[in-house]
Amino acid sequence: MPSNEQDRILENVTSGEYKYGFVTDIETEVAPKGLNEDIIRFISARKEEPEWMLEFRLNAFRQWQQMKEPQWAHLRYPEIDFQDIIYYAAPKTKNTLSSLDEVDPDLLETFNKLGISLDEQKRLTGVAVDAVMDSVSVKTTFQDTLAKQGIIFCSFSEAVRNHPDLVRQYLASVVPVHDNYYAALNSAVFSDGSFCYIPRGVRCPLELSTYFRINTAGTGQFERTLIVADEGSYVSYMEGCTAPQRDENQLHAAVVEIVALKDAEVKYSTVQNWYPGNKDGEGGIYNFVTKRGICKGSNAKISWTQVETGSAVTWKYPSCILLGDNSVGEFYSVAVTNNHQQADTGTKMVHLGRNTRSTIISKGISAGKSNNSYRGLVRIGRKAENSRNFSQCDSLLLGNQCGAHTYPYITTENRSSVVEHEATTSRISEDQLFYCNQRGIDTEKAIGLIVNGYAKEVLNKLPMEFAVEAQKLLSISLEGSVG
Amino acid sequence: MDTIITDNSLKGKMITLFGENLRSNFSSDSEHIRSIRLQAIERFRELGFPSPTEEKWRSTNLGKTLMLEYVQHFAPLEKDIDVRKVFQCEVFDLDTILVAQYNGWLVNKGETLTSLPNGTVIGSLADAMRQYPEIFEKHYGKYADMQHDGLNALNTAFAQDGLFIYVPEGVTVEKPVQIINLIDLKENFFVQPRNLIVLEKGASLRLVHCDHSLRHKESLINNVSEFYVGEGAYLDHYKIQNKDNSSTLITTTFFHQERESRVSTNTIVLHGGVVRNNISVKLAGEYAEADILGLYLVDREQHVDTHVHVDHAVPHCTSNEMFKGILDDQASGVFNGHILVRREAQKTLAYQNNRNLLLTDKARIHTKPHLEIYADDVKCSHGATVGQLDPEAMFYLRTRGIGEHAARMLLMYAFAAEVIGKISIQALRERIDELVAKRLRGELTICDQCVIDCREKRPVSFDIDLSKI
Repeated sequence: MPSNEQDRILENVTSGEYKYGFVTDIETEVAPKGLNEDIIRFISARKEEPEWMLEFRLNAFRQWQQMKEPQWAHLRYPEIDFQDIIYYAAPKTKNTLSSLDEVDPDLLETFNKLGISLDEQKRLTGVAVDAVMDSVSVKTTFQDTLAKQGIIFCSFSEAVRNHPDLVRQYLASVVPVHDNYYAALNSAVFSDGSFCYIPRGVRCPLELSTYFRINTAGTGQFERTLIVADEGSYVSYMEGCTAPQRDENQLHAAVVEIVALKDAEVKYSTVQNWYPGNKDGEGGIYNFVTKRGICKGSNAKISWTQVETGSAVTWKYPSCILLGDNSVGEFYSVAVTNNHQQADTGTKMVHLGRNTRSTIISKGISAGKSNNSYRGLVRIGRKAENSRNFSQCDSLLLGNQCGAHTYPYITTENRSSVVEHEATTSRISEDQLFYCNQRGIDTEKAIGLIVNGYAKEVLNKLPMEFAVEAQKLLSISLEGSVG
Repeated sequence: MDTIITDNSLKGKMITLFGENLRSNFSSDSEHIRSIRLQAIERFRELGFPSPTEEKWRSTNLGKTLMLEYVQHFAPLEKDIDVRKVFQCEVFDLDTILVAQYNGWLVNKGETLTSLPNGTVIGSLADAMRQYPEIFEKHYGKYADMQHDGLNALNTAFAQDGLFIYVPEGVTVEKPVQIINLIDLKENFFVQPRNLIVLEKGASLRLVHCDHSLRHKESLINNVSEFYVGEGAYLDHYKIQNKDNSSTLITTTFFHQERESRVSTNTIVLHGGVVRNNISVKLAGEYAEADILGLYLVDREQHVDTHVHVDHAVPHCTSNEMFKGILDDQASGVFNGHILVRREAQKTLAYQNNRNLLLTDKARIHTKPHLEIYADDVKCSHGATVGQLDPEAMFYLRTRGIGEHAARMLLMYAFAAEVIGKISIQALRERIDELVAKRLRGELTICDQCVIDCREKRPVSFDIDLSKI
């Protein structure tokens, strides 16, 4: 095939449009722009928080003021004016909702458009959903079913009200307030999020899910998720995100903390599809997220799976601290960047306990004029005898205007551990295309086939409901027509 | 190693020293050299010495080294030294053109600049600066990037002597050139040698660069080398470092490669206190090829840090990196390999491999194989492993009646052999092979305490009954 035709097809393939770019007209209550102690007091008061929570926020804010924005990532974006952001926007609700019928129909419509109708999900899939719009948790379904098993799954504000002891015990125990610039910011202004506690020995019967959406213009979203899996428990948790199309950049700085005690297992899956900006790189979400889990007891397991297709800028390193002996950390990631998107994402695996194991599989796909970086750390401490890590990060380049980078940091401090790291960078080879063409598969389809095959290893790790969506997303991000 | 120095007294001292020397020892410089010096000191004033807060120095802290008082000489102390009297080369049966650098100054039986019949010039950088200003104008300071590296800027500001080699178009230098860098002083010593090696179109050179110390006072060496490898030229370069525990050796080597040139560089660290090797290769002409190899064998408190930067600036170039390390006792190692493939550099092939063996629970390794790729039609891969000896290979040897100790030695030797096997100068390969075997048996460390006596030649032997294999 002549190369210019191939280029044309590639261009088509890599110039798909964002399909979640709608705005829902819902009355919202917004705080004035800007960030200062008054705004924090305002947020805290709106949420009727206890004194200790306000103190926590103010302490975080004071620490944040001392910190500098990190510059080390392979990202370029104009300086963020933190005083030009609305830190609190909530759908106006009069009363606490007790059933789905009380939810604003417009809001329901939004979730229908997202394809995650609470109603549908409730009936058909049995997934418990906590939907967070702008900053406030709208509805948690299936709370009653879960409560029977002693599982707590509710919005963060509810947890602060109803389970203050649990929240106080674990909040900021994995991601300390001063951990990094954006974590400190989040600790100061987080408005809502999800809280989840699985009691000892309970295997959560449903897949828990949160949906995040930024709706109001000029707002930042700062949600906070805390998952605690007590001894011998199991939970699979899913998170999805979308935002409407807007010209200005919006900020999203979330913190996710996971605590897995002895023999517990947490599986955390994300499909991140924030608005990535238009073809010329205007608009889009700045996504600065701190996600970290700790395997506190022996034989604990934390598994991160992420499909990153959205956001103008992504800065995200879901990590595992393997403190308990024999604990396991996993990280599976597909990151797709197109047009002017930039992603700097990866993981940290910190091995502290004996016989700890970790696996990292990262697949980066860059198209258009985007830059996609994998940045990872594998650290094997002195006492982490017989530990094992395997990392593989592959990059696929579509087109000659994009970039793919890898920054793996490996530190080993004992002799009995084995660390392996592999990385390759390649493009879709002419041989592969020729093979498909020869069997009657046209080039566009062939590219879709190859990209999906390339990411299969990670997509397979997603829960069923997400896997389908993720595959579609992967196609939308890259295609036009790739299926 | 956790002191971070913010206000560096050595920095202030160096800037004062520069001012003093500008009027005395640097006063005979040409206008060109002078302007480079001034730019460099200005840059050093901004950058200063590297601190662990910089990404490139996060695992190597020079804090303690920089706090010491050092003696510096801006004019040679002894004029005529026969290097063979104070030092016998480890590669003694290697027939080379030998040049020696003694406490930073080139000494060569009284003659500092030698011209070979084929037009090749080998000798002192200081003399060459005066005699060949046109070569300096064309090449000197052109490849060494002092904008991002304070130590490099400092070297450029103070550079006085070092090795200069000029190989004219189409000339092959038959014998390998060997330079021995000796430090032999009773005081703490800071020296900054500077080398410039120019290979014109189609030229060919083999160069062996050895670093040694004879006495055991603290020494700090900040060495910068620039290599210009012209179109179709071939350079075979070896660096052998065998320093004592109290030395800090920092070498920064820049290779600038033109079209269809080939460079093979091999860095072998046998011993050293703190060793930092920066290797930077710029593939500036199409179809250029670079093989960048290295081996580090360290024990006790030693620290070896290797930073490799390969810049693929044009299409159709190939680079191949392979670094291996064996770390014993409390030794620590750092490997940082950066491959940059620029947008224009289509059809690039770039491979990188770093493999490490840790022998104790106190040894430590930081490795960062780093790819930065902006072109799509490329094949790039990197791999890094840290681990032990293959248990299956170990088991195989044990079942054949080989003792654990001997089996370990054999496997480590085989691990290192992959790098040593690539040395193309036979006498050197055999010698290094022997040194490595000695090193693995723990004998070289002892021997190293008296570097002067390396005469004894023993065949490599393992405590193994080969008939059983």
